[in-house]
Amino acid sequence: MFGCLRRRWSRRRSGSLDRQKASGAGYSRVVHCNDPEIQEDDRPLYPLNAVSTTKYTIANFLPKSLFEQFRRVANLFFLVVACVSFSPLAPYRAVSILLPLVVVVGATMAKEAVEDWRRKKQDIEVNNRKVMVYDGSHAFYQTEWKRLRVGDIVKVEKDQFFPADLVLLSSSHDDGICYVETMNLDGETNLKTKQCLQVTTMLCSDHSFQKFKALIKCEDPNENLYSFVGTMYHEGTQYPLSPQQILLRDSKLRNTQHIYGLVIFTGHDTKVMQNAMDPPSKRSKIEKRMDKIIYILFTSLVLLSSTGSIFFGIQTKQDISDGKFKRWYLRPDKSSVLFDPKGASLAAFCHFLTGLMLFGCFIPISLYISIEIVKVLQSTFINNDQEMYCEESDKPAQARTSNLNEELGQVNTILSDKTGTLTCNLMQFVKCSIAGVAFGSGLTAVEPGLGGLKQYCTFEIEDLPHSPAVSRKTVKGFEIEDPSHSPAVSRKTVKGFNLRDDRLMDGHWVNEPNSDFIQKFFRTLAICHTVVPVIGNKSSEIYYEAESPDEAAFVVAARELGFEFYERTQTSISLHEFDPKIGRDVDRSYTLLNMLHFSSARKRMSVIVRDEEEQLLLFCKGADSAIFENLADDGRLFELETKRHIDEYSEAGLRTLAVAYRKLSEEEYKTWHAEFLMASNAVTADRDEMLDAAAEKIEKDFILLGATAVEDKLQKGVPECINKLAQAGIKIWVLTGDKLETAVKIGFACDLLRKGMRQIVVTLDTPDMNALEKQGRREAFEKASYESIARQLNEAHSQVTVSKEISIPFALIIDGKSLGFALSRNLENLFLDLAIRCASVICCRTSPKQKAMVTRLVKCGTRKTTLAIGDGANDVGMLQEADIGVGISGVEGMQAVMSSDFAIAQFRFLERLLLVHGHWCYRRIAAMFPLLHQDGVQNVFFSWTRIIRWMLNGICSSIIIYFLSTSSILIQAFRHDGKPAGLAELGVTMYTCVICTVNLQMALYLSYFTWIQHLFIWGSILFWFIFLVIYGFFPPAISTTAYLVFIETCFQNPFYWLTALFTVISALLPYFVYSTLQANIFPKYHDIVKRMPSTSSP
Amino acid sequence: MNNNGAGSSSGSGDASPARRNSKRPKYSRFTQQELPACKPILTPQWVISVFTLVGIIFVPIGVAALLASNDVVEIIDRYDAVCVPQNMTNDKVGYIQNDAIDKTCTRRIKVPKDMNQPIYVYYQLDNFYQNHRRYVKSRNDGQLRDRSKENDTSGCDPEKTTSNGVPIVPCGLIAWSLFNDTYNFTRGNKALTVNTTDISWKSDRDHKFGDDVFPKNFQNGNLTGGKKLDPNKPLSQQEDLIVWMRTAALPTFRKLYGRIEVDLKENDTITVTLKNYYNTYSFSGKKKLVLSTTSWLGGKNNFLGIAYLTVGGLCFFLATTFTVVYLVKPRKLGDPSYLSWNRNTGGH
Repeated sequence: MFGCLRRRWSRRRSGSLDRQKASGAGYSRVVHCNDPEIQEDDRPLYPLNAVSTTKYTIANFLPKSLFEQFRRVANLFFLVVACVSFSPLAPYRAVSILLPLVVVVGATMAKEAVEDWRRKKQDIEVNNRKVMVYDGSHAFYQTEWKRLRVGDIVKVEKDQFFPADLVLLSSSHDDGICYVETMNLDGETNLKTKQCLQVTTMLCSDHSFQKFKALIKCEDPNENLYSFVGTMYHEGTQYPLSPQQILLRDSKLRNTQHIYGLVIFTGHDTKVMQNAMDPPSKRSKIEKRMDKIIYILFTSLVLLSSTGSIFFGIQTKQDISDGKFKRWYLRPDKSSVLFDPKGASLAAFCHFLTGLMLFGCFIPISLYISIEIVKVLQSTFINNDQEMYCEESDKPAQARTSNLNEELGQVNTILSDKTGTLTCNLMQFVKCSIAGVAFGSGLTAVEPGLGGLKQYCTFEIEDLPHSPAVSRKTVKGFEIEDPSHSPAVSRKTVKGFNLRDDRLMDGHWVNEPNSDFIQKFFRTLAICHTVVPVIGNKSSEIYYEAESPDEAAFVVAARELGFEFYERTQTSISLHEFDPKIGRDVDRSYTLLNMLHFSSARKRMSVIVRDEEEQLLLFCKGADSAIFENLADDGRLFELETKRHIDEYSEAGLRTLAVAYRKLSEEEYKTWHAEFLMASNAVTADRDEMLDAAAEKIEKDFILLGATAVEDKLQKGVPECINKLAQAGIKIWVLTGDKLETAVKIGFACDLLRKGMRQIVVTLDTPDMNALEKQGRREAFEKASYESIARQLNEAHSQVTVSKEISIPFALIIDGKSLGFALSRNLENLFLDLAIRCASVICCRTSPKQKAMVTRLVKCGTRKTTLAIGDGANDVGMLQEADIGVGISGVEGMQAVMSSDFAIAQFRFLERLLLVHGHWCYRRIAAMFPLLHQDGVQNVFFSWTRIIRWMLNGICSSIIIYFLSTSSILIQAFRHDGKPAGLAELGVTMYTCVICTVNLQMALYLSYFTWIQHLFIWGSILFWFIFLVIYGFFPPAISTTAYLVFIETCFQNPFYWLTALFTVISALLPYFVYSTLQANIFPKYHDIVKRMPSTSSP
Repeated sequence: MNNNGAGSSSGSGDASPARRNSKRPKYSRFTQQELPACKPILTPQWVISVFTLVGIIFVPIGVAALLASNDVVEIIDRYDAVCVPQNMTNDKVGYIQNDAIDKTCTRRIKVPKDMNQPIYVYYQLDNFYQNHRRYVKSRNDGQLRDRSKENDTSGCDPEKTTSNGVPIVPCGLIAWSLFNDTYNFTRGNKALTVNTTDISWKSDRDHKFGDDVFPKNFQNGNLTGGKKLDPNKPLSQQEDLIVWMRTAALPTFRKLYGRIEVDLKENDTITVTLKNYYNTYSFSGKKKLVLSTTSWLGGKNNFLGIAYLTVGGLCFFLATTFTVVYLVKPRKLGDPSYLSWNRNTGGH
């Protein structure tokens, strides 16, 4: 029997947190496991594990999807019109309005249904997957995922997906470690380690659960993938649960034979389902404008109809005066309501309704669906573009939403991340400074870049998803084989490592004066990390699974210098280490006591280990500021030199980290450990802060070892791409977390900053400001900072405005602290105004939030289209804030891609995406209206003046067609046999003119003719005639007035053809003259450019 | 560009066996948007040639059309006002509605030029809205075509049935208001016969008006609209009705009345004895009798010829203007120096 129970739980998400009891709001979930005292009927209040991701059910599909359809104004209008058209008010048969409506709505609904059916099939497949569940007494049996309940114990085998959110109880590994792949959650392909609590490690066989009994109190379902707060009560003891023990649904077990887990969240309560929310839908500007156009058209429709009905009313009223009939042939005395002269106002109103229907073709019914089809096609073009396919990572471009395609052509400002976006995010360990001595000599990519020679990295990613052993990306750095720079000795190239210094290599470091520092330095690099070593199945070579490429580079560097990290257990880290005393490699194992993970607040990470000499050591690496602040007095030996080296490195565009260590006394550790335990056992929302605070207490009195410099190379084609985008008038802002010097160097390397540009640097990093900060009076400091920023911005602004005439391009460089003040309400407009007058803007040291704020400022301040591009989780805010978010599907996982609208593999593809696809999408959408058509950035093609101009052109053409054809046909015989033309003949002539004019107008407007255009333009015209002939052959009961009308009256009639020819040419003439004048006398940029290749090509 | 970096990807894309599941988009000229295309560009030469070509085509057509129109001899005689007796000019409606007054009226027409047969006789009405929505729909095509549908008078409001409920054939306002003036022509003392057959479209006679459908209860109501029909003649032979039922597009229209199949000589005087029955006085419409020959382009209308000449001339003028502009101020095609970013650097 199951011994599990789900107690009533409430979904109260808000409310203050009860820190003492886990049962408080937001932390109310209680999971009993294997408790036979709980009765069967008390269950189940937690939902089952079945999930449904469909939008509709069979029952509600019809009403719900119909409702969705008729939320569109135009569709609703047509529905009303269709209903009214069954009344005698209708000027035509109801079917002629109903048919297009049914087709349009039906097609859209069919699309919805097919999409939903696919989701349904997927749901069924997922819900029926099999999993092994503990039966409560002795064994495991197989069941479907959907039958799983909270409190169940499940066994998950290697390469299976976890069926629900689980607490890891034990794994096939002795130390309770298991590896998971979270590709479906965040797209990251690297393995993550999860580790069970020490106390449950021994539950390693199917039979060991008989006596196991536990109670878990934890947080309510929420969408936060990276946090979990809970406590396990087992045999009277409380054990804190952290994300480290949580296995999330839809992630996959890797490199582990099996695990046992306890189900805590099922079905829609799981974190992945809680995350499955519709992304905020961004509506493109054109779509918004389209709505306005529909309103304009609607207004003109109403105006037209009401004018018509006023005149109709007057005329009708006059039909009977003083008992006499005017138009007697209408029998005004026996008239229905619709034409009754005695109730002329009512008749006029009815006529108004009829008019609305008659002129209903003003509102283009097929517009939405045509645009939809065009957008799908455009997305297909983007997805299938070979020139945007990245060979190295096997990733094509991906248009995740089709809504914004045309917006790509209107981008005015690009806000770009640096790392991973402009650069490869493939880290290479190139230099280091140990004990004040700088090692490593090679030139960086940035340095030769400054000299005009540019070299880029390429990706080389092995992605073999089906072979479990190497089932993840192995990141390789790239080696520049430039004979002029590489040393004479050619060595085998190692990914992620490019340190060229004979003083260190091949064990020579032992002879260096500070060899003990060097040893500690590399030992730190080999120990202080979260990397997991994976031994390849073919060779004994070790792969490193790292959370970030930086870390991998460090471990690789340590290995290359003789500190090979080869094994990690829950409690130890083992290295092959070169021992200078013995003179050969020895295996050393360090007992891992605590791991203080990296946090953005502390900007550093540490590990506390006990080495084989029973010495307690703390190794730490982190941002230079975070380390230098906490140095012990005797640890500052090399502070000055190291600082100088760090500055040199960052000027060379390298990423730097400082490395330090300290020895701990047993006493100190003990007291601290108790404190740390308390913090980690806390089941509250601010546990992270408590952990940080605890960590701060031990991360002090460091002894500085040195600093590392890691290079991140520019992506291929970045400077060219930036250059072209700048030529296209698009402004590029770089928002980076890097230091100012690094950012400036990268700016030069990628052509964002050029010689001859005047740089304006806004910073708070001045000696007086630093002095003021050190005094620690926050208020005074903030006030002074604010004033300083305001002054700098004002000076810069006047500088820029004064030199506007001599047109020197300016570049604005601002750091994160200053940005904080510049984004304050009083200064933001000044800042924006300054920034938009500069050709390039670089914001460094920015936080993710600042990135989003800058994006919003640009978006709202300029009211132009902004595009944000980034690759990491820190760019998500920016991507969502911008009008268009472009994610780089690079090395740093998929979070950015998940929240983006378009995903590309490399920055250089942006050029094609914007300048080719964006432009075409925009023009194509803008040309959708028959009346309106058409440079992206300035929104020329879809500006109101253009819309009006096209509307005028349309009106002009209609007037020409109407008057010319009526005056030609007039009253006289229009054939040799003396027969005058009637309603049907005039109708055919006029409609022929309309069809030809519209299609030829399109032909005149088109820039390119492929067979598709030829087919549709000439085909449409041909189709009209074919239709006329075929419809004319239908019996008169169906074709009525159209019976034989073309064959009998028009076809052999020269007058018909001459009238049509003349009318069509005349209707096209105004547009032709206008565009000729414009192209030849007042040319637009696109006209000029269009001619450039034509003159050069043969 | 020194791009030796790219080469070091060791041809990973070319080694296709190793990458069978490549996501590389498939190549097709359509998806890559590389379809062969021609780019029409409005170059001056092109534009000038287009204008010249249009001019070259249009002017001769215009001349031909104008000549054709001038060949046509057309006599128009308005008779609605003059046929009202002197004493009734203030009450024209009273005159026309009074059945006691004889409606005969005699008009003399002088032939201005030789007219070769066939000479088409038309009546022309003015301010008569045959295109009125109610009027146009007031008919039943099935009834006209098919004897079995004789009693189907749907859509014929308000002329569906007689006052005692018997269906009218042909029903509806159009048929009811059939034009009923008659014309008799004499030259000297000799009568000119007017052939009133074959004045309607053949498709109408053969397929829209049945040869077994006979008028029934037509114009029997208390209010008579227009002409009465011979109940013994099938509808397919009542060509005046067929012509009338083919509604006109505009309020001023001509309908074919018949053909005079004799040549008329210049200065011949033709006497027209007409019965002025049809009431256009209520809605102040004009009635005209029209005698006209036709050319290959139909009747007399100078508009098309003049319009062709005008547009053709305009095109020649534009072609000349563009040529002059092009010669005086030649502009290099696709001159990049006109681009804004070349005009003033950093100006944006």
